[in-house]
Amino acid sequence: MNQDYELFTAQTKAFIYGEQLRAAQRMLDFDYLCRREEPSVTALITPERGGFEKLFWGTKEIRIPRITSLAEAASRFPEADVLVNFASQRSAYDVTVEALGVPTIRTVAVIAEGIPERQSRRMAAMAKAQGKWIIGPATVGGVKAGCFKIGNAAGTMENIRTAKLYRPGSVGFVSVSGGLSNEAYNIVARATDGLNEGIAIGGDAYPGSTLLDHLLRFEKNPAIRLLVCLGEVGGTKEYEIAEAVKGGRITKPLVMWVTGTCAKVLPGQVQFGHAGAKADSAAETADAKNAALREAGVIVPDSFDDYGRKIREVYERLVAEGIIVPAPEVTPPNVPIDYAQARAEGLVRRPTNFISTICDERGDVHTYCGVPIDRVIEKKYGIGGVIGLLWFKKEIPPHAREFIEMVLQIIADHGPAVSGAHNTIVAARAGKDLISSLVSGILTIGPRFGGAVNGAAEHFLYGLRNGLSPRQFVDEMKKRNVRIQGIGHRLHSLENPDARVELMKAFAREHFRATPLLEYALAVEQVTTQKKGNLILNVDGCIGVLLVDLLTELNFTDEEIDEMIRAGLFNAFFVLGRSIGLIGHYFDQVRLEQGLYRHPLDDILYDVPKAPEKIG
Amino acid sequence: MAQKGIREYDAKRMLARAVGEYSGGRFRFDDRLALVGPGTNLDTLDKEHPWLTATRLVVKPDQLFGKRGKNNLLLLDADLKAAKAWIAERMGKEVTVEGAGGKTTGALTHFLIEPFVPHDAEYYLAFTSSREVDTIHFSPRGGVDIESVWDTVVSVDVPVLADPMKVEILSKLPDIPEKEDVAAFIRTLYRTYVDYHFTYLEFNPIAFSRGRLLPLDTVARLDDTAAFQCADKWGPIEFPRPFGRPMTKEEAYVESLDAKTGASLKLTLLNPDGRVWLLVAGGGASVIYADTVVDLGFGSELANYGEYSGDPSTELTYEYTKTLLDLMTRKPDPQGRPKYLLIGGGIANFTDVAKTFTGIIQALDEYKDKLKKNRVKIYVRRGGPNYKEGLENMRRLGERIGVPLEVYGPETHMTRIVSLALEEAQR
Repeated sequence: MNQDYELFTAQTKAFIYGEQLRAAQRMLDFDYLCRREEPSVTALITPERGGFEKLFWGTKEIRIPRITSLAEAASRFPEADVLVNFASQRSAYDVTVEALGVPTIRTVAVIAEGIPERQSRRMAAMAKAQGKWIIGPATVGGVKAGCFKIGNAAGTMENIRTAKLYRPGSVGFVSVSGGLSNEAYNIVARATDGLNEGIAIGGDAYPGSTLLDHLLRFEKNPAIRLLVCLGEVGGTKEYEIAEAVKGGRITKPLVMWVTGTCAKVLPGQVQFGHAGAKADSAAETADAKNAALREAGVIVPDSFDDYGRKIREVYERLVAEGIIVPAPEVTPPNVPIDYAQARAEGLVRRPTNFISTICDERGDVHTYCGVPIDRVIEKKYGIGGVIGLLWFKKEIPPHAREFIEMVLQIIADHGPAVSGAHNTIVAARAGKDLISSLVSGILTIGPRFGGAVNGAAEHFLYGLRNGLSPRQFVDEMKKRNVRIQGIGHRLHSLENPDARVELMKAFAREHFRATPLLEYALAVEQVTTQKKGNLILNVDGCIGVLLVDLLTELNFTDEEIDEMIRAGLFNAFFVLGRSIGLIGHYFDQVRLEQGLYRHPLDDILYDVPKAPEKIG
Repeated sequence: MAQKGIREYDAKRMLARAVGEYSGGRFRFDDRLALVGPGTNLDTLDKEHPWLTATRLVVKPDQLFGKRGKNNLLLLDADLKAAKAWIAERMGKEVTVEGAGGKTTGALTHFLIEPFVPHDAEYYLAFTSSREVDTIHFSPRGGVDIESVWDTVVSVDVPVLADPMKVEILSKLPDIPEKEDVAAFIRTLYRTYVDYHFTYLEFNPIAFSRGRLLPLDTVARLDDTAAFQCADKWGPIEFPRPFGRPMTKEEAYVESLDAKTGASLKLTLLNPDGRVWLLVAGGGASVIYADTVVDLGFGSELANYGEYSGDPSTELTYEYTKTLLDLMTRKPDPQGRPKYLLIGGGIANFTDVAKTFTGIIQALDEYKDKLKKNRVKIYVRRGGPNYKEGLENMRRLGERIGVPLEVYGPETHMTRIVSLALEEAQR
């Protein structure tokens, strides 16, 4: 058991309550810097998740258990007597009360701000009744130099090194403010042989332990020779310190300053940054408190500006009198810094494994090719405009957007009998989920299903680029025994045209600068329809050639167009559009509660050999 | 954050509900209350509160100041017509009231109307809190300055862990009629005080009439951090600003920025003609900077109190700085003396100093001409993560915009820039 004045030693073990991996890592880094034998963080108490967490101990990783309840943690690790309670404002009280009821827990640091005063008062009373300690609420915690640090106290590793917190000095420091503790540790480090222990009690009106509580602890600790304290306007606790000094309960030299002397020039009722920092009567002002402390024999500077100087004066006197033997310097080990921090400081670099040139989600608003999404909505980019940004990396004109959307609408569905829809329906009826059913439909898309668009584009481009006349083109294809893709329809003919094709043609001719591939395909149609009336440019063919014309319209070179065709651009339009229909079929089947599909046997030709061919 | 005064109307509204519930109907507080604000239509008031025409009325301002009788701001035993006229005559008018803290001037904006109740006796009753106990104060002599009759006050300390319903009050009460009822009633009020997270509740006086306690003047403060537990109990509640301190446009703007974010941005304008302006990071450090200006004898030149903390975004620090620079550079000092901007702060725990300086630098850049015109000198001191880059950026800004700017890091005492600036100002 520690001495009663010693809350933390180099053997102290603690639990951390809450998802606070960074705080845990900072505690371990501090431990490592202090050359502790074992890490101070015993377990993380995280009610939502058990298991373990990997954290660094120097350069190597260690496992820290995650435990879902404090009771279990305490029974597994009875040696841990500190709880660093990061629970939120809402639950910090319950967690603290539970911890005070655990016999092995002696000190609870409560980090949350905004805990109701009545709850803080109850926690303080319970702790007092049980002889336990609460530090906080609303605090960053504290640090025992060379031994232990609470959560995020003492700031970055750089601060800790500058303030020499890796080895104990002779000064016991306690303040209200946690935000100022780094500043104070540095002042102490510059003026003396360093901090022995530093505590921030928190800025609320009713902290669980008071400035005086800690000063009395420091008074009893023979390693601490000089007391330094920073009080605050509001409340009357500083008078108890004056009384303790007068009454001889504090005998060690105490340098103290109460902040808030500016209150006299401020209009009444200004609430400073801290909840407790408000003077409700003359006795609560900083001036009155500083005067009372000075009168009691406390060393009070004239202003904060003199604080460091006063501390140094007293320290040097104590050294001269032989009361303080300056703590020897030690060289702390190197603690590696995290990659993220090193990168932020420009110390390391690393080649990336991934690259993205179409979007960025890191800022306040995600962007599509540099256009914030809110602008996409505001400026009505539509699906066509978004495809322009994410597929082509271009801000495409309204007619191009409209054409793309027209294509998607036309492609969206083609009845339940085609292979994609059929597969989706069969999968849905087998009880598969949306994604599986959709994907089983999509997987049929390729050279045969949906491939005509792609094929048509390639065929007509071949003819046009090679300067073949429509007649030559038809003849060559025939000679090669290749059926021209995108030509031919079951019902439609020149006399009975397909309305979808007519609409697309009319739109393209009105809005596109030029439609060379369409005109070429129509010239080919003139040749093929001479042979048979229904060998017209069909809807797949029309989409294929017009998409190529669109790409030309969007300033893509021939090489780029070929590259996109090879990469599957036409299938991309088909997958995107047809997914709408496939999803519709899935929902349709689910709503109709259709059962498992089994293909009728009489629709299958069974032609199985009597016996297999024997080999060898 | 923490203790906040509430309107008498809200206090009585809550108590009326709680007293009935907690006493199982044995006691009740009158819930006939009407709050009149600047937007209230006086003509339709009795539609909403039909009792207004059925009883004699009391009217008084409800704006967190007391001693309304002494200040001639109390209308007793009036009918609705007189009450309306009394309010109409005073709504929006500036008055100066004398209270414990001296004289305060402000505009009247809110009035409480309640029934006028003839009564037998006036008592004093208050509940207060300190670290270890709540204290119940009672005196049979209410309705007067309680300090003047403090020897008649009995005080009962209740430890904070005690069960409010088991508090022994009866034996402590002086000899008054129907003591048992009064004791039980006080216990009910105390339970309300605890459960509703009041931090202060004072009735002076509380009347006693036909076996019932009736609160006449009520002063109450709530712990606003308990809002997450008490939303249902409190109902819709507003925490008004203290009387007599209307916000300036700029203060209101900073408050609106503050409300938008988890970070903290505060601004109180003290003296727009002052020559020392503070732009300080951190709740604790900001107080110390203001202190040091005052302690070094420049309190009359201190223009503002304020702070930014909790890692505000670049945009917020930019807006905050701009607001401050705008106030600072409206007109040069009449005697042509320089002004001083102290961009201070302690050694940050984890705030990225370079990042928070970005917004400040943007604003300073934008105001460079006005800064020069107002002969502004800038002193910077800060430490913490990435402070070297932050300070270097500041130094380069000073060179670029041609405004005198001195930069100090954690090796310099936090408030040293205050004395540097003030020494220069004295020369």
